[in-house]
Amino acid sequence: MKVDRTELTWWERLYLPTLLNGFKVTLRHFFSWKRSGVYGDKQKGYAAKTTMQYPEEKWDVPTGYRGAPYLVKDVDDKTKCVSCQLCEFVCPPRAIRITPPGDSGVVDREGAEKMPKEFEIDMLRCIYCGYCQEVCPEEAIYLLEDYAITGENREELIYDMEKLLALGGADKRAYDHHVQDGVGDGIKKWETKTREAGEQAKFH
Amino acid sequence: MLASITGLFAEPWALMLLKVIAVFAVVMPMVAYAVVAERRISAWIQDRIGPNRVGIPFTNIKLLGLGQPLADGIKSLVKEDLTPAHVRKAFYWMAPALVLVPSFVVLAVVPFGSMLGAQKMVIADLDVGILFTFGIVSLGVYGIVLAGYASNSKYPFLGSIRSSAQMISYEIAMGMAVVPVFMLVGDLNLGAVIDYQASGAWLVFKQPIAFAIFLIAIFAETNRLPFDLPESETELVAGYNTEYSSMRFALFFMGEYAAMIAGSALMVVLFCGGWTLPLGDFFNTPAESLGQGLLHIAVFIAKTMVFLGLMIWVRWMLPRFRYDQLMNIGWKRFLPASLANIILTAIVLWVLHS
Repeated sequence: MKVDRTELTWWERLYLPTLLNGFKVTLRHFFSWKRSGVYGDKQKGYAAKTTMQYPEEKWDVPTGYRGAPYLVKDVDDKTKCVSCQLCEFVCPPRAIRITPPGDSGVVDREGAEKMPKEFEIDMLRCIYCGYCQEVCPEEAIYLLEDYAITGENREELIYDMEKLLALGGADKRAYDHHVQDGVGDGIKKWETKTREAGEQAKFH
Repeated sequence: MLASITGLFAEPWALMLLKVIAVFAVVMPMVAYAVVAERRISAWIQDRIGPNRVGIPFTNIKLLGLGQPLADGIKSLVKEDLTPAHVRKAFYWMAPALVLVPSFVVLAVVPFGSMLGAQKMVIADLDVGILFTFGIVSLGVYGIVLAGYASNSKYPFLGSIRSSAQMISYEIAMGMAVVPVFMLVGDLNLGAVIDYQASGAWLVFKQPIAFAIFLIAIFAETNRLPFDLPESETELVAGYNTEYSSMRFALFFMGEYAAMIAGSALMVVLFCGGWTLPLGDFFNTPAESLGQGLLHIAVFIAKTMVFLGLMIWVRWMLPRFRYDQLMNIGWKRFLPASLANIILTAIVLWVLHS
């Protein structure tokens, strides 16, 4: 490929106009302390320039963000997980390990056959793919907004059921569904999905 | 005991040693903080913030990031010092020192103040000052060439080849540029150059062309942008220091910044009046009191810092020259311009004196 080079004038070949322009541009940026919102509204007004001063300032987590998977509780503060082990099966990096209850199955809510004896997620292995959330028939596991998973050793980063439930908290989506629509118990995903699909398939 | 100590300082060598230590104690922190300044200024120019965290260790006091050199130093010292298997070890180990030492040696002949007590504020008051400087500055290229050669790897080698060509080309222009200065002054001693400027206008006003060429040549000599072809990271990874790590890499860095300081100091001495200020006799005659002497040193350091700031600023302003452009500017522009400047100065002097 042949590139046509523009012939520089005598004045331009002195490099002086370029130099002066350079001084002008760099000075303008040097003295500009404009606020920036590149990391979301939260940063506006705090940060000078474009740097986010991370631990003090944090970016706005966008909706639908896939962070760490946690277990959620239902509206009555009961464990939603029924220990079906689908998430354990589907998990590509095998980060999830569920210990089923065996014969001594105790449940803390009505309508559930069993709940896991132990539920562990190895956060070092998790790849945040979201398959567990997708496959869960009970909407018991969600990828929430946590992105900074830190610990001092490897053992610390294997989260057990107690920790996962505490971090997950109550399921906001199921709660809204429960209250607003008054439909079902807001737990069984497939019921909701079937209903939604049926509504969409209706002939208008 | 006290008498023996004061007696010791009557000895010339003891005073010399004291001056060497004092200069070292001023220049080393300047090197460290030039790096911080570089990082902060580059950040501000690029709409970032730059290192602003490290303050006093083990406290939450941040001090605008002024503790950064300490952290950088500890980091480079404790990092693994890797010597690749394919290098020529003796040369590989020698190269960083060879880069660092000449920059410091240049400072020996720079008069950084007028008088302190009965002592002239220059380590070595050489009558061939500027010749010595050029001799030593050209040694700096050996460190880089040796680093590239000893690394036994293609990018450092290319970097060192570029460096040698560049430094030799610009040294000629630089040497030619200062000839008119000495034609005016009539002495090669750097102290005499300052005395000449103290009694008249600074040489930057009398020799603007020489100043411009010298300034640009200093940029090229210290491998700063827009002449940083030896280390141009976009083409040559990191140029001559690609194979270096840990403190050895840091030594190259310190060498570059020490060279910047030496270059700025030379520019101040040759063209900007050294320790003088055009503000009356107090700033233009050699100091009689201690306070005046210290003030002169402060003036000199402040002027040096202005030039350091300019060098840092320019680095974040201009893109790198292409190799052929670099050679064109050096040989086809600066060398003829400096030669013409010599002739012009000679004619003017001849007319004035006849």
